[in-house]
Amino acid sequence: MKCTKCSKQAIFHITDLTGDELLALHLCHDCAKEYLHNEEGDDESGQMSSVISQQLSPLQQTTEEVRELDARECPICGISYYEFRQGGRFGCPHDYVCFEQDLEQLLENVHGATVHVGKQPLRGVRDTESQTELIRLRREMKEAIENEDYERASSLRDKIRSVETEGQKR
Amino acid sequence: MSLNEIANRCGEWLRGSGPESDIVMSSRIRLARNLADYPFIRRCNDIDKANLESTVRERISGNEQLSDLSFINVAELDLLDRQLLVERQLISRELANSDGARSVAIDPQERLSLMVNEEDHLRIQVIKSGLDLDGAWQQINQVDDEIESGLTYAFHPKLGYLTACPTNVGTGMRVSVLVHLPALVITKRIERVFRSAQKINLVVRGLYGEGTQAMGDFYQVSNQITLGKSETQLIELVQEITDIVIEYERKARDFLINEKQNDLFDKVSRAYGLLQNAQQISSEETMHLLSRVRMGVNLGLIGNLEIPDINQLFIRTQPAHLQKIHQTELDTDQRNIERANYLHDQLKLDTQDPEMN
Repeated sequence: MKCTKCSKQAIFHITDLTGDELLALHLCHDCAKEYLHNEEGDDESGQMSSVISQQLSPLQQTTEEVRELDARECPICGISYYEFRQGGRFGCPHDYVCFEQDLEQLLENVHGATVHVGKQPLRGVRDTESQTELIRLRREMKEAIENEDYERASSLRDKIRSVETEGQKR
Repeated sequence: MSLNEIANRCGEWLRGSGPESDIVMSSRIRLARNLADYPFIRRCNDIDKANLESTVRERISGNEQLSDLSFINVAELDLLDRQLLVERQLISRELANSDGARSVAIDPQERLSLMVNEEDHLRIQVIKSGLDLDGAWQQINQVDDEIESGLTYAFHPKLGYLTACPTNVGTGMRVSVLVHLPALVITKRIERVFRSAQKINLVVRGLYGEGTQAMGDFYQVSNQITLGKSETQLIELVQEITDIVIEYERKARDFLINEKQNDLFDKVSRAYGLLQNAQQISSEETMHLLSRVRMGVNLGLIGNLEIPDINQLFIRTQPAHLQKIHQTELDTDQRNIERANYLHDQLKLDTQDPEMN
């Protein structure tokens, strides 16, 4: 893995969780020394946010492409890629499917790999589509209640129950 | 289980046993897991969080294999109690300071802790005394299987266990070894060790220090990547680098003993003397001095103290622990006085306080 500030081998891997922004830093010895030394300084934070946004928006993309990507939303939880970039956290498991292609480069940068080779759930890899569906249905129900559309909310509630009982049968 | 009880007892990982325990304080593994049918925490509203917490609590309480876990409702705790759990490494700062329904399940020996509604729905953690990563993995793997028998995890065939932050995806596993490196700090070799640890990732972190400041000469060796390597491979990587760090620290200790014995003995004795006689002392200075005393005990320079006693002092002189032990709220100045009194009592020259054992 390369240093995020220069091209040397990264030795220090720092995940900084101050504030809302997530900073995943991979630094070589010299840059780490400088970073750790300057950590107290307030003006550092601005500089660091640019490091993470570099990580999260590949340079080869044009502004137009980035804007398009930023605007994309997950149909299940409603989070946009822009919101993910800002907070460094996803909104639901489906985001990994929804943003899969854009994520690949990020995973390669962070992990040096894109495929899991470790443990699998004991009961095997199950079809979790109906579970993902529950996330969307619950969100839609919340929205219906907020909009005082109680008819829709109650039909959604029935749907949620039927998916839940379906899930328990399996 | 009451929190006052916790304050007055000793977590098993502090008992100072296990392989390499003169240098390795503890071995810790944590797994990040999420349920498949809820959004990740940042998209959960209060109702989602409450439902999630009660679902997890229900399923785990109903599992016979996990019946010795007690749930603590973190949302209901006051600031001091939350801080106590942080100082004890049972919950993270993030869980202590966040909002909404959240809890932690702990076993009586404090080897296992299970945070609900932290950054991920579930954060399972096992801590062992000394260097025992295989033991920690065996236990946490089993606990993970038990939990999964009642819940469906968010899992992707290609990406593995799905986590709120893509830096944890795959195994969701963080392996950390807490090492005590006073001799490398004294001989100013610590940076060189970091450089030679190029193969894997050395995260520099103090035991309780804010940010990256390594208080009490405690450093944490841990893996950064979680994807593309199996759990066993990640453990091997951390083990490998830990072995190197241990070897360096031993060499530095040998050097101090052989070449600088007077200096070393002086440093250790002064530290011990200050801890015994100070009238007021900050947490930071306490950690610094305890670190030297701990090394002195390990090198046989101080005869009447045991490692578990020192390990406990690191924890019990922390702000929340001090206040819990004294059962009163204390401001910083009062704490510095009480800390000095406490150390004075615990480090009396002749007899050991029975409370320590």
